[in-house]
Amino acid sequence: MNPTLSIALVASFIGVSCALLGVFLVLRKMTMVGDAISHAVLPGIAIAYWLSQSRASLVMFVGAAIVGVGATVIIELLRKKLRVQSDASIGMTFTSLFALGVVLITFWSDSVDLDQECVLYGEIAYVPFNLWIINGTSYGPIALWSSSVLFLVVLVYLIIGYKGLKMTSFNEDYAMVLGISAGLWNLSLMSMVSLATVVSFESVGAILVVALLVAPAASAYLLVQKLKPLLILSAVYGLLGALGGYGLSKLIETSIAGSITTVLGILFLFSLVIQITIKTKKTVHALES
Amino acid sequence: MDPVFLKVLVGTTLLAASSSVVGAFSYLKGQSLIGDAIAHALLPGVVLAFILGGIRNSSLLIFGALISGLLAHYGIGYIENKTKLKNDTAVSLVLSTFFGFGIMLMSYIQRTGIGQQAGLERFLLGKAAAITMQDIYIFTVLALLLIIGVGLFYKGFQLMTFNEDFAQAIGLPMPLIRCAFTVLTVLAITIGIQTVGVVLMAALLITPSATARVWTNSLPSMLVLTASFAGVAAVLGTYISSALSKMPTGPWVVLVMAFFGFSSLLFAPKRGWFSKQKQANANQRKTIRENVLKLLFQQEEHRGLPIVLSVDEIQRKRVIRLDRLTSALKELKKRLLIIDYGGCYGLTELGRSEGRRVVRLHRLWELYLTERLGMAADHIHPQAETMEHVITPEIEELLVKELGNPEVDPHKSPIPYEED
Repeated sequence: MNPTLSIALVASFIGVSCALLGVFLVLRKMTMVGDAISHAVLPGIAIAYWLSQSRASLVMFVGAAIVGVGATVIIELLRKKLRVQSDASIGMTFTSLFALGVVLITFWSDSVDLDQECVLYGEIAYVPFNLWIINGTSYGPIALWSSSVLFLVVLVYLIIGYKGLKMTSFNEDYAMVLGISAGLWNLSLMSMVSLATVVSFESVGAILVVALLVAPAASAYLLVQKLKPLLILSAVYGLLGALGGYGLSKLIETSIAGSITTVLGILFLFSLVIQITIKTKKTVHALES
Repeated sequence: MDPVFLKVLVGTTLLAASSSVVGAFSYLKGQSLIGDAIAHALLPGVVLAFILGGIRNSSLLIFGALISGLLAHYGIGYIENKTKLKNDTAVSLVLSTFFGFGIMLMSYIQRTGIGQQAGLERFLLGKAAAITMQDIYIFTVLALLLIIGVGLFYKGFQLMTFNEDFAQAIGLPMPLIRCAFTVLTVLAITIGIQTVGVVLMAALLITPSATARVWTNSLPSMLVLTASFAGVAAVLGTYISSALSKMPTGPWVVLVMAFFGFSSLLFAPKRGWFSKQKQANANQRKTIRENVLKLLFQQEEHRGLPIVLSVDEIQRKRVIRLDRLTSALKELKKRLLIIDYGGCYGLTELGRSEGRRVVRLHRLWELYLTERLGMAADHIHPQAETMEHVITPEIEELLVKELGNPEVDPHKSPIPYEED
């Protein structure tokens, strides 16, 4: 497959998946949990990689996703049972898990071929070279498979869980009265975020996943309120960020992940300007009439 | 001792102890993650300064980082105040986009090959092993600045943390104080980050304060404890990482701090989870014991003569888990409040007086709720069930006085006073 096309596809799949999930993180005021998960999966990746001795194996995805969900459980325990400030419980958890991950990777550096820089910054440019080969037959880039599966899983999750997620995000008390368990939806959402992070980390790095999760949703939230338009606009922003960023990186030959984030940042500023202009116009209008 | 090791030890400890203190205020404000965001957001400033300065020019790097950090801080405040986005979104948005922009700039340098980027690669994880004598001087100046800054603005920071409206009302220059605090925070992060990296910097600002908070309620001792925890963790972390070859210092310091933090949260006396659990258990056991005495007293009152009840009979009258009831009975026997007549239990004189007290408190409180607070007589029982175990003799005396030595409760049951 054409390398340019496969990178663009991977970036788009990841960008749109994260953008869709990010909407619910923004609505639930849980975006920093996304940040925490993206750091906390590191020890999971290290352990799973050490056990399975291969990158991008199913074991690794599952192991890392479990640690990611585990991190959210620890954060909740710290906050609810041990009465730690919610910001600090996030910070304590992800920094210690991240440090544990770095120590494990260094400890196994002889047997684990995991490049720290790659985990942290990601290198989507290598996507076309990591091929999925069974018995000598190539089935295309691994990342293309994992990111497209992620995209499908996220879509199915949103279609199945639309109502539950909507209820628990906008009005938790009302959802509880209807017998919809906020805790359960929360856990499922965290599992999805965790999965998205693990699939994305190799391409865009642990920290830039946060940008993919937050920036499109935050930009969309400035312009629309209702959930459906919010999801659509956020996905469009995610797609624009992915393709625009890739284009920018081709143009000035910079890191793809960094360029995607920069474009997402610009899109946010753009939305911010629109929102402020609309607001000022409304105020002026109100004052005149 | 190896001079390189000594430099790392002194440098890391100095840095950890001094910069963690700034984190204590952020912790108390509930804004611990702003430090994390600023730490990430420094990257573009550092890289731009690097492009402008050409070679590794520390003062320019620090200046660039400072600008970038202050801009990020301002950006978070702006987004939070001017849009409907919440604090967490503002923080993570600024964190990730600044960082991503920094990465893009960094890759640009790599490609164009402007100088070598020795100072930049360690941005994320830091490189404590590279601490130079010059760094130690800088850390000492930083530590002094932080101590002087916190000393100078102590009152202001304290009020900013606990009661900003009050501070404003008594005419403190809050913008100046907030600005001073921001500058100190950004400065601490900027200087620390090159040595310990983004993630350790975040941990340094958060974990020691959360640990110290478990041990104390006063701000001055919390500040001292925060610095001590961070300092000791830095010493231990440096030792461990040097004992194991190839191990990075930063992550080990984080792990030692996390160990202090989590074990304090679990095991600290008074505010730790286990002692809280223990306290709750003790309260529960006391409640069960008092309920058994109350039950026996009520039965005696009902029949008008001393009685004994078996375990089965007690459980029929009141739902108490068997193991809890058995241990409550054992404890009551030990305290000579009941006598065991071969599987049936009766009150001693001491136990009778105790049971009478609980019943009296229950009925006094019911009376208080109806007479003084105007609650309906059929709504008061649950409240009295709780209060009977809590009311102290002093409050009892006040209740009796307030209600004018009442004879009966709202259900017309007599209020049993001690016969003298």
